[in-house]
Amino acid sequence: MTYAETLVVAAKGDREITMTRRFGAPRAMVFEAWTKPELLKRWMTGPPGMTLPVCEVDLRVGGVYRYVWRTSQGHEMGAGGTFLEVTAPERFVATERFDQAWYPGEAVITITFVEQGGETEVTTTMRYESTEGRDGVLKSGMTDGVRQSYDRVATIFETELAAREAPERKRA
Amino acid sequence: MTSSAHLDTTFAALADPTRRAILARLATGEASVNELARPFDMSQPAISKHLKVLEGAGLISRGRDAQRRPCRIEAKPLADANEWLEHYRKFWEARFERLDDLLEEMTAEERARPKSKRKARGAKR
Repeated sequence: MTYAETLVVAAKGDREITMTRRFGAPRAMVFEAWTKPELLKRWMTGPPGMTLPVCEVDLRVGGVYRYVWRTSQGHEMGAGGTFLEVTAPERFVATERFDQAWYPGEAVITITFVEQGGETEVTTTMRYESTEGRDGVLKSGMTDGVRQSYDRVATIFETELAAREAPERKRA
Repeated sequence: MTSSAHLDTTFAALADPTRRAILARLATGEASVNELARPFDMSQPAISKHLKVLEGAGLISRGRDAQRRPCRIEAKPLADANEWLEHYRKFWEARFERLDDLLEEMTAEERARPKSKRKARGAKR
């Protein structure tokens, strides 16, 4: 897999996280995979057994989206927001808020798709309302010293890591 | 300070570009305040203020030598901060590898039936 492990994550300033990753497909296709429910359900999941049973996307300015993930134990976690800007297939901007607020406030997510030679570089910028929000998201991956409210997400991260060690990946 | 609070302090200290530049300089070896101030076009008190923040976050320590008090980088908090980023990165990398598979499938499908059912996604090939 040529693009695996090429993801770059950085904590930028005091309220942002940025992620950059290349994909081996034209951007119209990557954009589609990022905005169409039936396609999102295939990859925007978590560890094996976790599914995205609810995925509604009204891709237009002012339109809302809603995701609900379900773990193999039947726990549900929902998130959603409103599209602030939609310029297919170049970029979209949306707010994000989780039902069980595991970070305070709302985040604004900006995703840009830049095509070059048949490949697409996707940059995701997540801007949180506060430094605490941003750091809370980063901390969710820690195994100790994690605050109570982050516990479930931390478990998801751990399971995800364990899953990565298994050679085969399951599709939800 | 709890470990969480430590990490908050680390990220707050790292949020400033001058402080990140100071750390980058110190990664190459210890330096005095004067030596640090030189490339930054900043007054010594301004640099000292940044050093105080870095020291408070445990990112640097100062030597005992009263004259020079050389600054040196402390690896542990930076390593902890990196560890977070790494966990987060791995979570997303797993997702993106599923997306790689999906895109590969979509590309193959499109190749298999370039003009049929799938709506034109733009003429490639």
